[in-house]
Amino acid sequence: MNHQNHPELAEAFNKDFERTTWHDETLWFVRQKRDKAVYPIPEFQDLRTLASEIKDHTLSNLDNYLIEFEQNAIKNGVKVHWAADAAEHNQIVMDIIKSSCKVDGRNTRMVKSKSMLTEECHLNGFLQKNNIDVVDTDLGERIIQFRDEPPSHIVMPAIHLKKEDVGETFHEHLGTTKGEKDPQILTEAARQHLREKFIAADVALTGVNFAIAETGSFVVCTNEGNADLGVNLAKVHIASMGIEKIIPKLHHLSVYTRLLARSATGQPITTYTSHFTKPAEGKEMHIVIVDNGRTQQLGRADFRNSLKCIRCGACMNTCPVYRRSGGHSYDFTVPGPIGAILSPNIDLHKHKSLPFASTLCGSCSDVCPVKIDIHVQLYKWRQIVGQQNELPATKKWGMKGLAKVLSMPKVYDLGGKLARGALRVLPHGLTHNQSMNPWAKARELPDAPKQSFKEWYEENRK
Amino acid sequence: MKVALFIPCYIDQFYPNVGIATLQLLEKLGVEVAFPMKQTCCGQPMANSGCEQDSKGVYAHFVDTFAEFDYIVTPSGSCTYHIKKHYDIIEQTPAVQKVRKSVYELVDFIENVLKIEEIPVDFPHKVGLHLSCHGQRGLRQANASEITGVRDGQISKLLRKLKGIELTELDRNDECCGFGGTFCVAEEAVSARMGKDRIADHLRNGTKVLTGGDVSCLMHLEGIVKRQNAPIKVMHIAEILNGNQP
Repeated sequence: MNHQNHPELAEAFNKDFERTTWHDETLWFVRQKRDKAVYPIPEFQDLRTLASEIKDHTLSNLDNYLIEFEQNAIKNGVKVHWAADAAEHNQIVMDIIKSSCKVDGRNTRMVKSKSMLTEECHLNGFLQKNNIDVVDTDLGERIIQFRDEPPSHIVMPAIHLKKEDVGETFHEHLGTTKGEKDPQILTEAARQHLREKFIAADVALTGVNFAIAETGSFVVCTNEGNADLGVNLAKVHIASMGIEKIIPKLHHLSVYTRLLARSATGQPITTYTSHFTKPAEGKEMHIVIVDNGRTQQLGRADFRNSLKCIRCGACMNTCPVYRRSGGHSYDFTVPGPIGAILSPNIDLHKHKSLPFASTLCGSCSDVCPVKIDIHVQLYKWRQIVGQQNELPATKKWGMKGLAKVLSMPKVYDLGGKLARGALRVLPHGLTHNQSMNPWAKARELPDAPKQSFKEWYEENRK
Repeated sequence: MKVALFIPCYIDQFYPNVGIATLQLLEKLGVEVAFPMKQTCCGQPMANSGCEQDSKGVYAHFVDTFAEFDYIVTPSGSCTYHIKKHYDIIEQTPAVQKVRKSVYELVDFIENVLKIEEIPVDFPHKVGLHLSCHGQRGLRQANASEITGVRDGQISKLLRKLKGIELTELDRNDECCGFGGTFCVAEEAVSARMGKDRIADHLRNGTKVLTGGDVSCLMHLEGIVKRQNAPIKVMHIAEILNGNQP
């Protein structure tokens, strides 16, 4: 009921001018790091094309590749589970924990490395309610878990926070000195805290960056090594993956690892690229394959290739709107341009303002490592929002009226003349009234000339 | 060669001097230009707002107005892009196909149809070029920084050859200005902030004259310049190439 739309949340974000500057510059710095890592690779554009085409092929044969992956994973001794939606996913994860981790007199302890899918499924809250302690082990994720906030970015979940904010949070939760903001000291405090959690964990959950049909193995990319620490210490490893994470063959992987980290953070490759194939002696490995709206998106011809996304976050870093409105203004697990084309598939009514949270500048499509035509899809979602009668009434009827005027030249000519006349005679305070005219909050209107071009032409050239 | 001039609605109403400069420039370059009086708009304002179905009548009127011409030239990358890209929702009659193929942004027409590489104009000013996204990424009239670090494009090629001109080297060469059609009021806070940041980049790097290929971006940026009383004069590229002075 209290749901706020993107313009409202973005306006609130922009109230703090300096912080908006800082947020924009921080993300732009990441975009520039990406550029420095990308420009020297002569075949980078070919890699994008290849990555896009491999995903095209995979999405067209997804049923076969998923079955191939399942069969090979089972051969490797992995248990494979299928979840139609978020609720099923969460239930499966809990059932695995209940049957595989027998603990007496205390809560089961789970360590989790970064997984946007489990954010999407709201797994943490569900498990906590069922007496399972969940600790996010990615530093950024742990910070926002302490603060009970959703991630504001898919690669840098706490990018909306300054080091002072983190210092405050760690003082409250980890007992660091009040006012401490030295990143090295804060990181060390988190490291010590998380080591205890790793050692005590019964079960480790990871996401999946790539699942290889040919081998039945999967790949997790991290910079902190937290996935490996968790998985190697706990008895049970659960990996949650969306159905779109499949790639056909092992030799396709390098195409994506070359693109992923360069696009995400400007690194040549993530610090850890961990391959998981089979459980170690005496341990269990589970894979939960989740749909949760993905097949519905696959069935939408105009939007299916949004499923190519490898979650690098480059479209967020490049987006001039995201940088100046923050991830939370999107109010969806995946923010930014890619979130704005994924969210209407899940709940069009709730997220109807997101396809409009863009100038359609097209930077997202040009930066995307798998060539998703994001801005084209934003335009197409806008039309669907319009067709489903979800536009504000003023816009809907205003546009209908404007369309009529613009298809009748005489009405257009006269209307323009009258409007210009009014603008010339009305006092500035009225034409620039900020409550009636949002344009005028920060901008002057153009001077209304006496003659339109047409009128000039008629007088001088006819 | 039958050439028509298309002056988009907001230029017609608010920036007639840009229309006049475009017409005079084309005539100086030896082009005989017709101006069909019944023209109005390309239909983009409604379509970008999610109402492209309502735009169909405007599309039909545009095609009806311009179908007889070999070239339709307009001082707007954005309108050109819209006609080329989004007139796909009406029946693709020969007239519709012809119009979509024949429409050219002014500088693209000068360089690639007229094959003119240099225009003899003195312009001894420090000029900042704002790349409109629809011209740059939509029509590929300029390199995009996502693809390459080489900053080059059709407008800067012509500008660089003007006598006495100095071009501003911006911190962010191709960041969107934040106009975005109805975005400029629907998302007022972000739109205004984006515009302010563009102007700050130009001021920081010494721009005295701000130009570009799209009046829509320039109208938004000029609105901020005027509100801030910033020492920048805003001119459309057609005005500069026509020899107008700030």
